[in-house]
Amino acid sequence: MVYRTYLMVCAGTGCVANQSMKIKDKLEAEIHRRGLQDEVAVVTTGCNGFCAVGPLMVVQPDGIFYQLLKETDIPYIVEEHLVKGRPVKELLYTPPKEKVPIPKMSDIPFFADQTLIVLRNRGLINPENIDECIARGGYEALGKVLTSMTPEEVIEEIKASGLRGRGGGGFPTGIKWETCKKVPSDIHYVICNADEGDPGAFMDRSTIESDPHAVIEGMLIGAYAIGSSEGYVYIRNEYPIALDRLQTALQQARGYGLLGTNILDKNFDFDIKIARGAGAFVCGESTALMASIEGRPGEPRAKYVHTVERGLWDKPTCLNNVETWANVPQIILKGAKWFTSIGTGDVTNDPWGGSKGTKVFSLSGKVNNTGLIEVPMGISLRKIIFDIGGGIKDGRKFKAVQTGGPSGGFIPESLLDLPVDYEELTKVGSMMGSGGMVVADEDNCMVDMAKYFLSFTQTESCGKCVPCREGTKRMLDILEKITVGEGTEDDLVLLEELSNAVVESSLCALGGSAPNPVLTTLKYFREEYEAHVRDKRCPGHSCRKLITYKIDPQVCVEKGHGCHVCAKNCPDRAIIGETKQVHTIDVAKCGKCGVCYDVCKFDAISVE
Amino acid sequence: MSKLKIEDLAKIRDEARHKMALRQGAGRVRINVHMGTCGIAAGARGILTAVMKEIETRQLHDVIVTNSGCAGLCSQEPMMTVEVLGEPAPVKYVYLTAEKVRMVIESHVLNGKVAKELALAVGSEKTH
Repeated sequence: MVYRTYLMVCAGTGCVANQSMKIKDKLEAEIHRRGLQDEVAVVTTGCNGFCAVGPLMVVQPDGIFYQLLKETDIPYIVEEHLVKGRPVKELLYTPPKEKVPIPKMSDIPFFADQTLIVLRNRGLINPENIDECIARGGYEALGKVLTSMTPEEVIEEIKASGLRGRGGGGFPTGIKWETCKKVPSDIHYVICNADEGDPGAFMDRSTIESDPHAVIEGMLIGAYAIGSSEGYVYIRNEYPIALDRLQTALQQARGYGLLGTNILDKNFDFDIKIARGAGAFVCGESTALMASIEGRPGEPRAKYVHTVERGLWDKPTCLNNVETWANVPQIILKGAKWFTSIGTGDVTNDPWGGSKGTKVFSLSGKVNNTGLIEVPMGISLRKIIFDIGGGIKDGRKFKAVQTGGPSGGFIPESLLDLPVDYEELTKVGSMMGSGGMVVADEDNCMVDMAKYFLSFTQTESCGKCVPCREGTKRMLDILEKITVGEGTEDDLVLLEELSNAVVESSLCALGGSAPNPVLTTLKYFREEYEAHVRDKRCPGHSCRKLITYKIDPQVCVEKGHGCHVCAKNCPDRAIIGETKQVHTIDVAKCGKCGVCYDVCKFDAISVE
Repeated sequence: MSKLKIEDLAKIRDEARHKMALRQGAGRVRINVHMGTCGIAAGARGILTAVMKEIETRQLHDVIVTNSGCAGLCSQEPMMTVEVLGEPAPVKYVYLTAEKVRMVIESHVLNGKVAKELALAVGSEKTH
């Protein structure tokens, strides 16, 4: 069967939650109704990354990108585009504030500036069909490794590539594999960390939903190199679609003998079990994760002895992040030299000398183009936020970007030209982390944001060590005090002291990095803390106890003519005024929800 | 499913080559069938079916087929435009029938010779 057109419908979690499967069904029904079923095929793929405009679909080979689809759009698209060949202008992507749409996906800036290695198959294959994955080169690297490379040669290649842990630690992967291999033992384990606990991060979820075989193949190659025959994927239970796709992929791989015994007839045995997380952020930490697989409570241990020597069930274990594993097949196929040509620095003599390859980020917050992106290391934050991200929403002003999830720090505008690089980000107090990137604008309160992230890490603290258990709790208490206007200068001093103490003495990286949002906001946005403490004022207009909404009487009467819309919408009934007369807000009753500010069409309401 | 050997991986890749190339919009030859109302009324759907049939029977793995709206010259429909990678300009073929489609594919797509007697012109309209 040869089709002339493929409709690649995005079936990542975001689009599915917005009814993309119903759209797919409607497409198939319409295509049948029009008698096009032998010419046009509908394929569901993993996440395309441009989640802000889902549900979306790409028409190939035209390369036309359709966005924000509804079921009711489908009959029209089928008639206009598939039968008559006229792309539907209203459903194409139009950049914010512009009128002319950009029909081709390759021309849209969000996609054009990305470099796909890990996500190379996104939107192009049905991840539930292993043949499509093989058609795009899947398992070719495994074949190469099993026929023409010794385990030592594989390790050398990964070392030479400069691949570093994508879970955030940035540890040179080749060295980890080599160290693990050297430990004498009857059993070696390899583990894939798919816990992805960072709120708002979905790099690993997307990778597994779009191309699970890339991860499986990476693990196979790693297992061959290290001498392991048993692997685990530890995936959080909150990822049902990813779990489902992974299970299907494992089943199909086993069916083809790509997992199991005597793989590809080369006397190599390896299989993978799935272990599911149960909702604890701390289980993304390697020792807690292994404890969880063993059935023990998820608590980290001191790492005087690393897990590569004694890990899962005390055996040498190599744990890597989903993204790290997914890079391996491409490095084997295209060579370490190709990988080092992308990124920063020089890793010939120092494995920590640079950041090579690409990184997947989940871009969210106050940007226009929220979604999943993969960019070469070394790209500037400015380019990510303003070119790929399309700039700040609603024309507001950029204030800060947080990288690395709740453990990462905030980076202000003055440092926006920083290249994305493990060392560069750590130098300024933040970190690469697993790839979360949250953008804040002038309407965000930095104190409030630090409090938000700290409250997350505080809740997730396992409680084993005092610095984290007690320290983060007291830090949070101080931040609460500050945001309700009861903070003092002494509180700021104590907050900083506590933060440093928690960083230095916590048992694991959860406590070790939880104070980062606080420390970086204190460093770069101290004036906001001082405003809260000295003037009892919130410059970001967020902390409810510190803000006041006011109606400008002149604007209300002269422009709005006392339209009464604010009063009608106020949930606290705090606005007094008759229609056609001036309105005022009763500060005692006002709950600071901001609804009046949003609904006033004449900008008569201001917040201070 | 049966256990794969390394040669089987290559086989699966080859068999799906055309499908994968299509999905990336990649192809050596691009045949665009014009299907505005005039085209459809003149029988463009039949032309499209003929093109698809040729591709299937001749196993043409490097040809992609698209359709577009009216090209402007309604009196000479059904029309199709053939673009070949490396050739300087697209070629428009007019007054098509299923038989002429076969001739164009054999002459132009497979042998690189523009089927002059069936062509209207070489090149595209200028757009500003």
